[in-house]
This record gives sequence, C-alpha cells and structure tokens, in this order.
Amino acid sequence: MKESTEKMTGARALIECLYKENVDTIFGYPGGAVLPLYDEIYKSDLNHILTRHEQSAAHAADGYARATGKTGVCVATSGPGATNLVTGIATAYMDSIPMVAITGQVPTFMIGNDAFQEANITGITLPITKHNYLVQDANDLPRVIKEAFHIASTGRKGPVLIDIPKDVTAQEIYFHYPDKVELRGYKPTYKGNLQQVKKASEYIERSKKPVIYAGGGIINSNASDELKEFAEKINAPVTTTLTGIGSFPDDHPQYIGMLGMHGTKYANYAIQESDLIIAVGARFDDRVTGKIAAFAPNADIIHIDIDPAEISKNIKVSVPIVGDAKWILKSLTKQVSTCDFGPWLQKINQWKKQYPLKYFENEDVIKPQYVIEQINEACDDAIIVTEVGQHQMWASQYFKFKEPRTFITSGGLGTMGYGFPAALGAKIGKPEKVVFDIAGDGSFQMNSQELATAVQHNIPVIIAVINNCYLGMVRQWQELFFEQRYSCTCLEESVDFVKLAEAYGALGLRAEKPDEVRPVIDKALESGRPTVIDFIVEKSENVSPMVPASAAINEILDLER
Amino acid sequence: MKHTLAVLVENKYGVLARVAGLFSRRGYNIDSLAVGITDDPDISRMSIVVHGDDYVLEQVTKQLNKLVDVIRVTDLDAKDSVERELALIKVTTDTKTRPEIMQIVDVFRARTVDVAAKSMTIEITGNEDKINAIEQLLRPFGIKEMVRTGKIAMTRGIKKS
Repeated sequence: MKESTEKMTGARALIECLYKENVDTIFGYPGGAVLPLYDEIYKSDLNHILTRHEQSAAHAADGYARATGKTGVCVATSGPGATNLVTGIATAYMDSIPMVAITGQVPTFMIGNDAFQEANITGITLPITKHNYLVQDANDLPRVIKEAFHIASTGRKGPVLIDIPKDVTAQEIYFHYPDKVELRGYKPTYKGNLQQVKKASEYIERSKKPVIYAGGGIINSNASDELKEFAEKINAPVTTTLTGIGSFPDDHPQYIGMLGMHGTKYANYAIQESDLIIAVGARFDDRVTGKIAAFAPNADIIHIDIDPAEISKNIKVSVPIVGDAKWILKSLTKQVSTCDFGPWLQKINQWKKQYPLKYFENEDVIKPQYVIEQINEACDDAIIVTEVGQHQMWASQYFKFKEPRTFITSGGLGTMGYGFPAALGAKIGKPEKVVFDIAGDGSFQMNSQELATAVQHNIPVIIAVINNCYLGMVRQWQELFFEQRYSCTCLEESVDFVKLAEAYGALGLRAEKPDEVRPVIDKALESGRPTVIDFIVEKSENVSPMVPASAAINEILDLER
Repeated sequence: MKHTLAVLVENKYGVLARVAGLFSRRGYNIDSLAVGITDDPDISRMSIVVHGDDYVLEQVTKQLNKLVDVIRVTDLDAKDSVERELALIKVTTDTKTRPEIMQIVDVFRARTVDVAAKSMTIEITGNEDKINAIEQLLRPFGIKEMVRTGKIAMTRGIKKS
C-alpha cells in the first residue's frame, strides 16, 4: 500500500497493521485507555475473543500460537489490564512462543504522574519480553508493529509488548506500512556453521551410544520431519523434553519418551550411559538434568540452538552449532554417514521392557492415568492442552502424541491456570481438531471463569478435571520430603464442577467409577459443546517415576501404588 | 577479573534500563558505567566495567547481544586499549596547605578548577591507578567531595571496537 492521502487515527492504523500481518483473531479485554482502539475493533473484520480476565487473553493467544505456529495477539487496557497480562507474557517468554501483546496506556502527557490506571508496563515486562515498545508518536506505530511481529516470530521466538498511550491512538497520521524491517542490533543466525556441522557428524560417527535430546525448538522451527530423517539415518534413540513432546512420533521404535524428573527410566538411563548427546532446540533445564554435575558423565555434547546465549549456559558443550534446527538437521543429515548403533538400541530396548511406565489399575477407583489412556483411545488425534501439576505429567506420560503442536503445556514457567484459556486459543486456531484441557482441580479453578468465554463464543473444548481434591504435585512433595505434613494442599469441600459448568451454560459431566470414564468422554465428544468432565480419581496417586530434586537423573524412584 | 565492555546501543529511551536490568537480574554488580553519544548521533556508546570470571563475562556478553537495541559488544583488553577516567576532587584547604596541594596537582598534571577560601577543586584525568593515587595523597588534607566519571576506553590503532 502506498502512503494514504487520507488521514487516519492511530487506532485505525493499528487495525490496518494487523491486517497487513495477516492477523484475523485477537484475544482481549477492553478498558478506558483502549476505548479508541476498541471502537475500531468494533468496525473491523477482526475476530475478537472476549476473555473474562486479561491473563486468559494472553494464555489464549499463546495457545493459539502453539497450535498454529502463527503469532498470537492479545490486547488489554492500561494499568491492571496490562499487569494482568504479565503471567501470560512470562509463560510465553519461558517457552519461546511468538506473541504480540498490545496494551493501552494513559495519555503521553500524564505518563509518570500516577494517573488513573497507570502502570509502567514496559518497565514491568522488561525481563519477560523479547523486546517492548512505548509508542510516543502515532507516526511510529506502523514501523513498531512491523518490527514487533518480526521480532516475535523470528530467531528464538518470544513475546513482544507494545504500549500505546490513549492520545497516540487518537492522533491522526498518514498511514504507510513499511516493507522491510531494519534493525541493526537484531540479526538472528539461521544457517549453522558448516565446519561445526562437519565436526558434529564426526562425533556422531565416532560414538557408540548417542542419544538425540529434542526440545521445543524442534516444534518452533517446524523441524519434526527433519528430526525424523536425521534420527533414522543415524539410527539413534530419541528422547524429548516436555515442550518437545510431539516433535517425534511416540510409536516410533527409536522413541524413548521424555527425560528428566518425571521422564521414563529408560530415557534417563540412556542419557546417563550415553557417550554423545545431540541436543536440538533444548536448553538443559534443571527439570531435565537433575544434579548437573552428575548429568551424562561420559557424554560429549553437540548443542544445536538458535540462541547463542543457550550454548554452554548450563552445561559445557563440545560442539555448539548456532542456527535454525530445521536448517542444521537437514545439513547434518546430508553430512553424516548412515550409522548402526544396534547393540546400544538393544540395550535400551531391554530397559524399555524392564522398566515401562506403569501404574496399578483399580476396579473401584478411577486412576488418573486410566483417564488419560481413555481420552487417548477415544480421540488419538486430539490437541491436548494441560494445566500444571500431576495431571500434566500423566498427560505427558500416557497420551501417545504423534504430531507436533498437539501437546500444549506451560513447561518453563509452569503456570497453573494456563491450560483452559490456552485450549480456547488452540481450538480457535484449529477448529477442526478436538481440544482437551487436561486439568487438575486446583489449576482449573485458577481460570474457570473462562467457561463464560467458551459458551459466549461457542468454543467447544472439553475440560477433563482430574479431581483428587488436592494440589496433587505439592502434596506429593509434602508426602515424600516433608513427612506427610500436607500444609494447605487439601481442596476438600471444593467446588461441584458439574454445577459450575451448568451455571455458565456449559455441559457438566461426572465419572466416579472406572467404567463411567469412557462413556462420559464419548458423551462430551458427541455434545459439541464446551464441557467440563469431573473425574473423581484416586486421591493419593503419585506421579511415577520421579527423580528427587537435585539427584542425578538415574536415581529415579518408583512411586506407583 | 575486571573487564571493560564497549557496548554500542541505539540512542533510544529505555536502553540503559534494559542493559542495567541484565546485570541486576543475574546479580552482577557494575563497577562503573559511562554513556554518551558517538560520532553517529543515533548510536550511544556505553563503557561498562564489570567483575567476573570468564563464564560470567561470556553470559553477560551473550545476553547483551540478545537485546534488540544493542548493536555490538566488545570486551576491551587493557593492553590493547586506551583507558581514561576523569575525577573532580574537592579538598579542604587553608593558606598553609594550599601550596603543598598545588604541588601534588602539578606532579600529577591535574588542574585546579576552583579555589575558595576553605577549599579547592581539582580535576584529574588518567587511568584508574592514577586517580586512586592522587586520591590517596589528597585524603590526609580532607576530601569533602569526589566524583568520578567511570572509565571510558577505546582500542589502540585503526581497529574499531
């Protein structure tokens, strides 16, 4: 578009910019400072989803981004609206999710005066955004928005916040959208150094016991196919992180599940015994490594990551390759010779047989793992979103994910209350998919008000509440490490989730016996409505296996009962 | 170990907060910080002196490079760079001590920039050691006030930092 000869307001220009960025859906909540903007949203073709809390708008934009790969957009007003986004922005930041958050601000001449609903949101979000902006002149708005989308969706992805004072949205400008972004301080590396690629392939060819350790970066880079090709060429086992789940098919013979604190025993054993770890788009998080000094004591490490700052941050790396996972995996597959790690895979398969994930079934009481298995059986291509806690780990362990972007969870920040709004965003992004929010009774209550959003916008997600009347993960730690002093973790006398659903006009179902599990799942699937299923499960079930905090990851406990 | 980082940044509001935030978040103390514009008015240059081992420095450098507004980070080697700092020192004087102080100023090639009945203000430029040395010598006379700019530095020769 050429520079328009007609003037338009900053608010109108913002809508034009969103069109230019191919945004069709935004999640938000109106307020005083964004009134001019909401007036333009009213006149626009944008699909605006009104969440019932700004935090949920951020999580929904995040869920939308994770499900689609596009940049999620959320909007909130100044002050409390903006601060309510903070948890959602931090969640996206920790998991490198592309997001643009737009906040209203008090008029420029009032900034700094403690005006009504004023908060210094650019200051507050400084450490949890990839970058942020305070727009002081509407003429800068098109450039800033172009830059924001560019920064959010390139390199190591992440949230960008744009704070726009009310008078800037009212200011009239000649609209001109730039074609190019010019940022001399921001030039992400995509192509890996070929010398390093060569060196890496030498390490691989020399190794006897390699393990591929794949993280969320594979999904962010849309590199699942490349990962599979590479893994098959070198015939090495593949373990994934929590956010990497789905990047490699669960039913693949080389897949050894998740590693780390609640990973499989065989993945952890494999890592500990390996002589080479090929980390791709993963960052050696403490939940993965356990006691860092005892992590993979015999292994050299090849680290492929788009963010140079991740290299040798937590663990010393032998061969760093900075760049895009997709590009590097492609060239590494081309470079490396076909390998055969037969004896090594045999040993791992032995462990697989010897130490499978397991729980004790029960005919009278619903086991939470059983619920996950039944959901998997009923709908194996669903998008599974989770909250945070025990149910999250069970979902990661017992659902067999085959495709990227089908497991959506807050890994880095571990945000309770994330799942339901993120599920709404995922469903809007992928309406053809069945979307479950696997929730705990604690987590669901952190954002259950979004039932109103689901019903108003008719977003038929299914919330499977794994209800054990406890903040189960904390309870588990209290049981194991605090001599069963269950301080403030019992949620007995809690909510009637069926009635809660009905109060909002959603469908409420309950299962109290194992044989009721599958029928309620089917009923929810048939209803096509937003549904809450209250699964009354075994109260004291623990997530197993488990590596205690700061133990080595092969010091892994069986906790099933 | 002490390092001097030359950090070229976009000359925009908020950049200092971003840079300072990186250090504070990781608990790294900044020994000194000097900021000013460069020959290009759109670019500012920060000279940051930090304490830390190689791991700390590598982390700080990488994190600085991640900031969108940071254009370039260079770790200046003391041997290959010119370092300067400026200090203003206000010393208590009387007619008896004044000549002795003047002598010190002379030896150090410092300058007297203000003289009053009971005080003198001295301007001194040099590397850190030189400023520390004159401070030591002036202290017995009574230093009323002192301000140091923090170190600025530049590579020797044609090479740009």
